[in-house]
Amino acid sequence: MRNFLILLVGLAALIALPHGLSFSQQEILVFLVINVLLVTSYRLLTLTGEWSLGHVVIMGVGAYSSALYTKELGVYVPVSMLLGAVTAALLAVLLSFPLFRMKGFYFLIGSFAAGEIIRLIWKRFREPFGGVRGISGIDPMPDFSVGFYQFDFFEPVSYYYFAGAIVIACLWILWRIEKSPVGLTFHAVHWQDKLAQASGVNLRAYRTLAFAIASGFAGLAGALQGHYVGTVNPNSFDIEVMVFVLTWAIVGGTATFYGPILGCIVLTVLNEIVLREMGLEQARPLIYGAIMILSILFLPNGLESLVQKATRRKTTAKPEEKAAT
Amino acid sequence: MTDFLEVRNLTMRFGGLTAVDNLSFKVEHGSIHGLIGPNGAGKTTTFNMISGFYTPTEGQILLRGEDISGLKMHEVARRGVVRTFQHSTLFAELTVLENALVGTHMPFRPNIFAAIIGWDKEDRRGAEARAREALEFFGLGHLAEERAGDLSHGHQRALGMAVAYASHPDVILLDEPFTGMNPEETKHMMGLMRRLKEDGITILLVEHDMQAIMGLCDTITCMSFGKFLAEGGPSEIRNHPAVIEAYLGGARHVA
Ligand SMILES: Nc1ncnc2c1ncn2[C@@H]1O[C@H](COP(=O)(O)OP(=O)(O)OP(=O)(O)O)[C@@H](O)[C@H]1O
Ligand SMILES: [Mg+2]
Repeated sequence: MRNFLILLVGLAALIALPHGLSFSQQEILVFLVINVLLVTSYRLLTLTGEWSLGHVVIMGVGAYSSALYTKELGVYVPVSMLLGAVTAALLAVLLSFPLFRMKGFYFLIGSFAAGEIIRLIWKRFREPFGGVRGISGIDPMPDFSVGFYQFDFFEPVSYYYFAGAIVIACLWILWRIEKSPVGLTFHAVHWQDKLAQASGVNLRAYRTLAFAIASGFAGLAGALQGHYVGTVNPNSFDIEVMVFVLTWAIVGGTATFYGPILGCIVLTVLNEIVLREMGLEQARPLIYGAIMILSILFLPNGLESLVQKATRRKTTAKPEEKAAT
Repeated sequence: MTDFLEVRNLTMRFGGLTAVDNLSFKVEHGSIHGLIGPNGAGKTTTFNMISGFYTPTEGQILLRGEDISGLKMHEVARRGVVRTFQHSTLFAELTVLENALVGTHMPFRPNIFAAIIGWDKEDRRGAEARAREALEFFGLGHLAEERAGDLSHGHQRALGMAVAYASHPDVILLDEPFTGMNPEETKHMMGLMRRLKEDGITILLVEHDMQAIMGLCDTITCMSFGKFLAEGGPSEIRNHPAVIEAYLGGARHVA
């Protein structure tokens, strides 16, 4: 009951949120929502212990393919978004064959190389990828009405609600996966792959599963972004963006589900409010790098560790209260 | 009784070193079979080959007549052969219960779609029941919520066995399960092994604690420098000149 109330209040806050903001802030909010999905999907991959540098490119695969499905085949936008996600997941399954011959550091480098190859293909082939300039004039999400609300996707608020609903549904699915026996097996694969295998776990299958799911949701995030912005090009998915994702995950911490989300929100707010106001926008990569190093040095368990400390104090305080009454 | 697990001309070379050299022995169904030998004799390497962790350089491993050499570890496990590790290998960051739950992976195979929708409640309940049963059996029930890495050494050994036992194995390969246990715990653990045997589980046991080996095993195979040395019941092995020689030549002695 109490949880339900908290949920209700949270939802109301999320619905009310954009109305106090300026137009450009509302646009940032849309990107924030999409990035929350991106970084949460990234965490699912890290559960198995592998860190990829190709995740943003996989996001781009979702964006490109969804754009092409609508442009070339005339697929209805929401359907093409789903197909874009599926394409990203299938590509991940294909990539898993060379990539999962490697582990740890080599996987990291291998995933970077794979991402660069994909970006090279986008740049090299003007048909159908549009070369360096990418694809523009991507079909927007068609407006629709749900009775009490009219979605007009020219308005960022509408797209925020639309993307927000999808992202919440995706987060719920990712949460269910993590809390399931499948999620436990991901952890097992991470912490002690030998013992997991001796318990009958097919390591390759589980690594591939995590990679495919993470990539599918990243692809969906990409599709959501592509149909909002209206253009995609190889540079919107370069290593600089990947460094942002890494920074969100590391600064937030990856031990909990909410850690990377926290990192993403805090750094986006910092970025948009502080840096933009101060005119330091150009120095963003530099400042992000500094934040990453500082947080590794002084907050090695991420922002989530602060939250955990605060809530643990509360829960340990509780039994004493009970004892007193 | 039938030949259940058979090792035939097994050889493992690491570069120039022959860790296991043309080793053959048979394990009868439902028995406790000991594998002994001085340090570095090749016992763990033999386990690694049987469990699929290493692919033998030469030779075969037959399970119920099927050649399982060269299969991956999870494929061997799925045929009912489950191992523990010499050094306490556990999911240190997970709780004791979660460790045992990973052990139930085979009898309760996770399904991602059922898990998302919530149609796997029965499986989850079954898995937890089995995990708790395995923990109770090894006297770890009261530690279920502890972090596995925080357990005492003896409890960690027991948990390693509980994880293996949770999967309903036909054969358990135990690599030095009694190290780190005091005599009291060892005695208790020996009792549990006999109960496993009564349940029809075949046990292949590597151990340096001679009292435990002699007290438990139906048959003992002794190896030295990777080679087969002798085989027989406890009393035969205890008095076998070659075995005594091997142990006197090595660091340890037969108790
Ligand atoms: N992966 C490996 N690479 C190279 N040599 C190895 C490897 N594994 C084992 N060896 C060597 O093979 C020989 C047998 O080792 P093994 O671990 O099987 O012995 P063991 O009988 O289990 O000994 P202990 O009683 O000390 O556990 C040793 O000389 C060891 O150094
Ligand atoms: Mg050994």
